[in-house]
Amino acid sequence: MFGKKVKLRLLFLSFIFLILVLTVFLILKSLEENVVYFISPTEIKNLSEIDSKEKVRVGGMVKKDTIKLNQNEISFVITDFKNDINVIYSGAVPNLFSEEKGVVAEGYLKDRSFFNADKILAKHDENYMPPEVKEALEKNK
Amino acid sequence: MISSYIGYYSLILGFILSIILLIYSIFCFKKNNKKINQNIFSILFLQFFTVVLSFISLIYSFIVSDFTNETVYNNSHTTKPLFYKITGTWGNHEGSLLLWLLVLTLFIFLFIIFSKKQPTKYRLLSVFFQQIIICGFFLFLLSTSNPFNLLFPAPKEGLGLNPILQDPALAIHPPILYLGYVGSSIIFSASLASLIQNNINSKWAKHIKKWIQTAWFFLTIGILLGSIWAYYELGWGGFWFWDPVENVSLMPWLCLTALLHTIIVLEKRQLLKSWTLILSIATFTLSMSGTFLVRSGILNSVHTFANDPARGVFILLFLFFLIILSLILFFIYQEKEATPQKKFFLVSKETSILVNNWFMMYFLSVVLIGTTYPIFLEVMVDEKISIGPPFFNKLLIPFLTFFLIFMSLGPKLNWIKDNYKNIKYSRIGLFLICILISFYLIKNTSTEILFTSILGGAALYLLLTTIREFLVNKHNISQTISHFGFSLFVLSILLNSLFSSEISANMKIGQEVIYKKEQIKFLSLETHKKENYKSVIANFEIIDKKKNSIYLYPEIRIYNQPNILTSEADIKSTIFFDKFLVINLLKGEEIFNVRYQTKQFMIWIWISTCLISIGGILGIFKRL
Repeated sequence: MFGKKVKLRLLFLSFIFLILVLTVFLILKSLEENVVYFISPTEIKNLSEIDSKEKVRVGGMVKKDTIKLNQNEISFVITDFKNDINVIYSGAVPNLFSEEKGVVAEGYLKDRSFFNADKILAKHDENYMPPEVKEALEKNK
Repeated sequence: MISSYIGYYSLILGFILSIILLIYSIFCFKKNNKKINQNIFSILFLQFFTVVLSFISLIYSFIVSDFTNETVYNNSHTTKPLFYKITGTWGNHEGSLLLWLLVLTLFIFLFIIFSKKQPTKYRLLSVFFQQIIICGFFLFLLSTSNPFNLLFPAPKEGLGLNPILQDPALAIHPPILYLGYVGSSIIFSASLASLIQNNINSKWAKHIKKWIQTAWFFLTIGILLGSIWAYYELGWGGFWFWDPVENVSLMPWLCLTALLHTIIVLEKRQLLKSWTLILSIATFTLSMSGTFLVRSGILNSVHTFANDPARGVFILLFLFFLIILSLILFFIYQEKEATPQKKFFLVSKETSILVNNWFMMYFLSVVLIGTTYPIFLEVMVDEKISIGPPFFNKLLIPFLTFFLIFMSLGPKLNWIKDNYKNIKYSRIGLFLICILISFYLIKNTSTEILFTSILGGAALYLLLTTIREFLVNKHNISQTISHFGFSLFVLSILLNSLFSSEISANMKIGQEVIYKKEQIKFLSLETHKKENYKSVIANFEIIDKKKNSIYLYPEIRIYNQPNILTSEADIKSTIFFDKFLVINLLKGEEIFNVRYQTKQFMIWIWISTCLISIGGILGIFKRL
C-alpha cells in the first residue's frame, strides 16, 4: 500500500510516539508516588483513616512552652489554634525554629495526635510564614 | 535625593532611546544600505550609558544610605558593611531588574561590535528584536518596580538586607547568573533576525556559537555559585535541593546545553535548522519564566522578598507576547525543506548529538513538570503539595546511565556516516572492567548495588575515555575537558551520596557524643560584638579513630537589623572529604542543636563543575 520509504517513516514516527507516551506515563506515575500533601492539625483530626506509610507535611505554629529536649530528640506541639498535634523529631532544626513561630514538618503520622517528623523545613525570614501555614491559621481564627 | 533624580531621568531617557532605536532600525532596514548607519552605534552606546548612569546613581544612593530612596530604605541600613551596601544594590527586586537591563543593553552593544562580518540587515533586525525586549524591561521597571521611588519624609534608618544574603558568593551570584540569562536574549533576537533573513547557515552558526558558549559559561558558573552558597549558608550540607528556585535556573541550562550541541550540527552539516530555532526561543523563554516565577512570588522561598501581583502579571503578559511573536515569525518564515534532503544515518555524529538533545529534553520535561505541577494543582483544585528529591532522583538517575554511555561513544563517531562495527570489543571489555571497579568500590554501601555500580561504571568509563581522548587527540580540547568534568561530576556526586554520613544531637557545653568511632566534643562558647550583628562562636573538637583531632568553629549570628538569626557552618575541606558542622539555637542559649556531617569528595563536585565550564570558555577562545 505504501512505498518502502513511507513505511519506514511511519514506523519511525510510531516508535517516537510510543517512547513519548511511555515517558509521560513514567513521569506521571512517579509523580503520583512522590507527591507530599500538606495538611493542618484540624484536617488530621477529620481524616477518616490514617495511613502511617504516607509521607505528609504538617504546618502550623509551634505552641508556647511545648519544646522539650533530650540529647537525641526534640518534641513539640504544632497548633493551628483549634487543634494540636504532637511532633517527635530527631535531627537538625533550621535557624528560625522557635516557639510561637510558623513551622512545617515533614514525616509520617502515627495516629491522630502523634507525628514522627524526619525533616523540619527552613524558612529564612522572621516575618515569613509559609503560605500554607498562613492560610491554615487564618481559616481557624 | 539628587542621585535618585539622575537615576530616574536617565532611565526615562534610555526608554525613549529604545523607542527611537526600534523605529530607526526598521528605517535603516528599509533603506538597504551596505553598511550600518553610524547613528545606530551612537544611540546604542548612549542607551548603555544612560543605564550605567542610572545603575551607578542607585549604587551611590546605597553607599551613602540615602533613605529618601524607597529601595534603599527597604534593603539597606547604615551599620551594614560597605561591601554589602554595594552588593545590596542588586540583592532586591528593583535593583536586580536594573541589573538585567544593564546587561541587556551591554550585550546588544557588544553584539553589534562583534558581528561586523555578518549581513547588515541581519544585524539591524537583531537590534530591533533586542530593543523589543529592552523596551519591555524599561516599561516594567518604570511602571511597576521603579528603583528610584522617593520617600517623604525620609526615614532615619533603613530596614536592612536579609542577613543570609550578606555573603560574598551571593553578592556575585546574581550578576553572573544574569549574564547567562541575558546572554540567551541575544541568541533569541539573533535567531529571529536570521530566521527572517533566511540566514541560517554555517557562517551564522559559527558566529552565534560564541554567544551560546558565553551565555552557557556564565549560566553554569552562576548556578555553581548559588549552589556553593546554599551548601555553607543554609546549613543542610547539601548542594542541590530540587527547590523550585534552583530548578528554574536549571531548566534554561538544560535547554542551552542542548543548543550548544545542536549548533555544531548546524555549523558542520547545515541540518536541524528549525530545531536550533526552537531551542533558542525556548531557552530565552525559560530564562524569562525563571525571572517571572522567582520575582512574582509564586514560588515561596528565599528569593521572594516582595510579592506584588502586578509585577507577575506584567512579566507574564510580556512573556506571552514574546512567545506568540516568535511563534508567528517561526511559522511565517520557516524555511521549507526545499534543499535536497540530506540524509541522517543511524550511526553518525549528528545522530549522537540528536540523542544528546533527546536526553536533555527528557531531563528538561522532568524538571519542568516537577516544578510546575504543584503550582498547577494549587491553582486548579486548591490542593497543596510538594514534590521532593525522590521524584527527580527516580526519574533522572536511571537515564543518566544511558546518557553517560552515549556520551562516551558519541564524540568518537564520524560525521555523516559511521559503522557500528568500528566499536571495538576492547571498549566493551573496558566498560565491563569499569563496572567491576565501581562494584568493588561501593559494594558495602548501597542497597541497589547492581544499578549503582552500572551507573558508577558508566561514569568511570566516560572518565577514562575522555582522558584517553585528551592524550591522543588534542584538537577538541574544550569538548574533552567539559565531558571529563561531567564524568567527574557524576562520580563525585555518586560517591558523595553513598559515603557521606551525618549525626545530629542536642548538646550543652562540655558534653560529647560518639558517632562511628568519632568523638565530638563541645568545648566552649564565645560571644563577640560585630558591626551589625552579635556573633556566638562555638568550639568543637572532633577526635577520629587514630586520635587525630581537628577543631571546628561554627557560628551563630544574631543580626540586629533586621532581627534575624543565621548559622554559619564551619567546614574543613580536604581532597577526600569535608567536615561540616553547624549549630542552631534551640531554647535560650544553653542547649544547641548540633549537626555534624562528613561529606566525601565534596570539593570535587565544585572542581568538576569548574572543569565543565572551563571547557566552555576554551570553546569561545578557540579560533576566534
